[in-house]
Amino acid sequence: MKTADLRGRGGADFPTHLKWQMFADTISSQKYIIANGSEGEPNVLKDGYILKNHPELLIEGLKIALDTFKGSEAFIFLRRDYYKKYKKKLEKVIAKLPITVFREHGGYLSGEETVLCEEIEKNLPARPRTRPPFPGQAGVYGLPTLINNIETFYYVAKIAKGEYKKTRLYSITGKVPHKGVFELPVNWSIAKILEETKNTPEFDYFVQIGGGASGDVLLSSETNKLVSGSGAIVVYDREQTDPWVLMRTWIDFFMKENCDKCTPCREGSYRMLEMIKEREFDKKVLEDLFFVLENTSYCALGKSIPLPFRSAIKKLL
Amino acid sequence: MPKKISIYIDNKKYSAQSGQSILDVARHNNIEITTLCHHPDIKIQGSCRLCLVEIKDKKGLHTSCSTKVADGMRVVTNSKNITRAKQTNLELIFAEHCEECNDCIYNQNCTIREYAKKFNVKITKYTDRKKGYPIHKFGPSLEFDTSKCIDCGLCVDICKKEGVDFLEFKKNRKFYEVCPSSKKDKDCIYCGQCLTHCPVGAFEGVGEFEDVDKYINAKGKTVVFQFAPSIRSTIGEEFGMPVGSVVTGKLVAGIKALGIEHVFDVCVGADITTIEEATELIDRIKEDKPLPMFTSCCPAWVKYVEFFRPEMMPNLTTVRSPQVIMGGLIKTYWAKEMKINPKDIIVIGIMPCVAKKYEIERSQNKINGMKAVDQVMTTRELAHLLRKKKIDLKTIKPEVAKSPLLKPSGAGVIYGASGGVMESALRAAYKMMTGRRMPKLQLEEVRGIQGFKKAKIKVAGKTIKVGVVNGIANAKRILTELEKDPHAYDYVEVMACFGGCIGGGGQPVPVSDEIRKKRSAGLYSVDNKEKIRSADENPIIGKLYKEFFNDHKNIHSVCHTSFSRKKKEVYPSK
Repeated sequence: MKTADLRGRGGADFPTHLKWQMFADTISSQKYIIANGSEGEPNVLKDGYILKNHPELLIEGLKIALDTFKGSEAFIFLRRDYYKKYKKKLEKVIAKLPITVFREHGGYLSGEETVLCEEIEKNLPARPRTRPPFPGQAGVYGLPTLINNIETFYYVAKIAKGEYKKTRLYSITGKVPHKGVFELPVNWSIAKILEETKNTPEFDYFVQIGGGASGDVLLSSETNKLVSGSGAIVVYDREQTDPWVLMRTWIDFFMKENCDKCTPCREGSYRMLEMIKEREFDKKVLEDLFFVLENTSYCALGKSIPLPFRSAIKKLL
Repeated sequence: MPKKISIYIDNKKYSAQSGQSILDVARHNNIEITTLCHHPDIKIQGSCRLCLVEIKDKKGLHTSCSTKVADGMRVVTNSKNITRAKQTNLELIFAEHCEECNDCIYNQNCTIREYAKKFNVKITKYTDRKKGYPIHKFGPSLEFDTSKCIDCGLCVDICKKEGVDFLEFKKNRKFYEVCPSSKKDKDCIYCGQCLTHCPVGAFEGVGEFEDVDKYINAKGKTVVFQFAPSIRSTIGEEFGMPVGSVVTGKLVAGIKALGIEHVFDVCVGADITTIEEATELIDRIKEDKPLPMFTSCCPAWVKYVEFFRPEMMPNLTTVRSPQVIMGGLIKTYWAKEMKINPKDIIVIGIMPCVAKKYEIERSQNKINGMKAVDQVMTTRELAHLLRKKKIDLKTIKPEVAKSPLLKPSGAGVIYGASGGVMESALRAAYKMMTGRRMPKLQLEEVRGIQGFKKAKIKVAGKTIKVGVVNGIANAKRILTELEKDPHAYDYVEVMACFGGCIGGGGQPVPVSDEIRKKRSAGLYSVDNKEKIRSADENPIIGKLYKEFFNDHKNIHSVCHTSFSRKKKEVYPSK
């Protein structure tokens, strides 16, 4: 994993070998391993793609982890529709391995690692925990818990087989002729990916990359960059997209999916909604809201809210 | 083992222990850090996002409540960024808190108003998000005004810690909001711990403060006041006196200054409760009746048993609580002595408790068809009334009790602290069983604010196994123990509130273990100074049993109650 430079595919891009090393270094007779298939952000489809097409590689990746960390137990943590669709299929592949397919209760936030731990412990409604301790030190029931994205386990299996060719899964959606999940090199630019998948628009467009709510907005002139986050590319027609309507969908999403625990995320997002409804931002107020969201939110959800708005305001308004 | 380390706060060195939070160390050294959602009784919430600090070599802002100290850590509590973030978050908090300051339990010591001044916050920057939000009514005891709630989560967690788990976060409208449970198997027990742990006064007692003078000037009525054991060591706080100050004489003087001629001390009622409860305990032991016997002077505990564990009702002592006995005595014995029609007497009880507002409504607590107590005012409400009439307990000259019904034993006074009922009853039971005074009157094993205490007491060749708990969660521990071993206890005292009545839902806010300890110590100091320290030695009690309780009917009507299975009473309002 180190040589292959595998990085977490859930969006945080953290080197997988380091996560595994820290998990290995935490001494405990019992440990948990979790494949995170919460996939709650709009326009991200890759975990579903693996569940549908390559469940055996996911299980193989998990098996490698189980073999590496003897005596541990695993979960596949799935959003509700995935659970319904793929549970039986997965259980067939799992056979007698100590892997449980788990049905998620919440939504987007449940993919957050500490929330995920709360969900497995059935502390509902699940809300994030204070870090440290990180789940690798104390996760589910206080035991060391290794949480990787489904795609990460998929590539762990590929690396073990010697089949890893430095690719990742890109979810391409929006105003494109060929929507879907594509497995392409990690070092391809957005423009190249769109071109190779025959999706380069003929109209003036912009993209949201990384995720359909928290992702950054890039204009067509900025598509020489790599795709970050969870590998999503959403294509928008610049002329036909009302940025206020788009921002409304984002803020509605964050307000629906956040846990309302901390002040900036709960109240800040609401005050953003009010301004978006009015189609007018008070710049000073907005900057203060962004400031507390980024600097004082309890978890990554709140911290991530300003990014897409910042760039949409700058580039689209 | 915690290691001794040092950290720097604003360039000054402080010693600390590993495992402590920055906030712990700051507070310990009297460094003020703004926070609303931190309460020493409860694990870290981390929800208000106000206790922000900067840490050298660490990017951004950090919440001091949830950040553990490390050796050599350099913390800054004041910077442009910190102020900006606090200001913004405070403005957002104010936007969900509909102010109603005049009628608020924090009118004297409001934290957010103080912060607003300190950080120059424009409290009306945003429109009130919660305008028109509902008020949930919890029986005759509590009101929860959700338009004041700042979503910190302390009430939900204290309700869980209490062992009731009735308040929960539920998604209403577009937000997760604190809500009473609508589940059929959950109900409020009216302890009021939510109220004393709410930092912004979203909870209040029913009638607080608008009903304080409801009866006081009632025409053609004799209005009498009686005050509970614990009030004497808590109400001083409302007038800026040191925590734990014993102000019995000032309290009597203050009430009299309101124009109330007749003031009674509920501790005398407690002395009667003691005698009756000791008698019942001995009877249960001798006659092989259900044991252990549980105390029942805490109405929240009674409600818990009646709703959650009705099979335990036969184990509750049938002896009425001190306030109900006292009220009953006033409307019988005293009324006759004074030649007043009991129907023309209004008894107002000053109680540490909001569940006592519920207790007086119970039909099983009536006296000759009348309510034994007509109105319950909390410590806070009496303080509010006194302030309203410009009566300052701090400066008022104490009055010495003249009425015999104002002279309790020391045992009656300690009822207000966890363990006090047990200790009082055992002092009396010992005397009844052996004819001698208990050799060591102070039962140290059952004293103190810790939640779970047990002891074995030898009386007349018998060992009595006692348990003393505060917080329903600890009572549940006892119940679980009893499932395994039905003979694990003979006598158990349960108080729903942490530390007993001195930590009650009607007491001054804020509260913490430090404060509970001092309030409790105040009561024990009264007992220590008292010559008469056992209920049976109190001359007025002797007189009452000779003249009035010599008739068994009087004992029954004034001193005993009954219990019945309860249905759910509290639902969320729409």
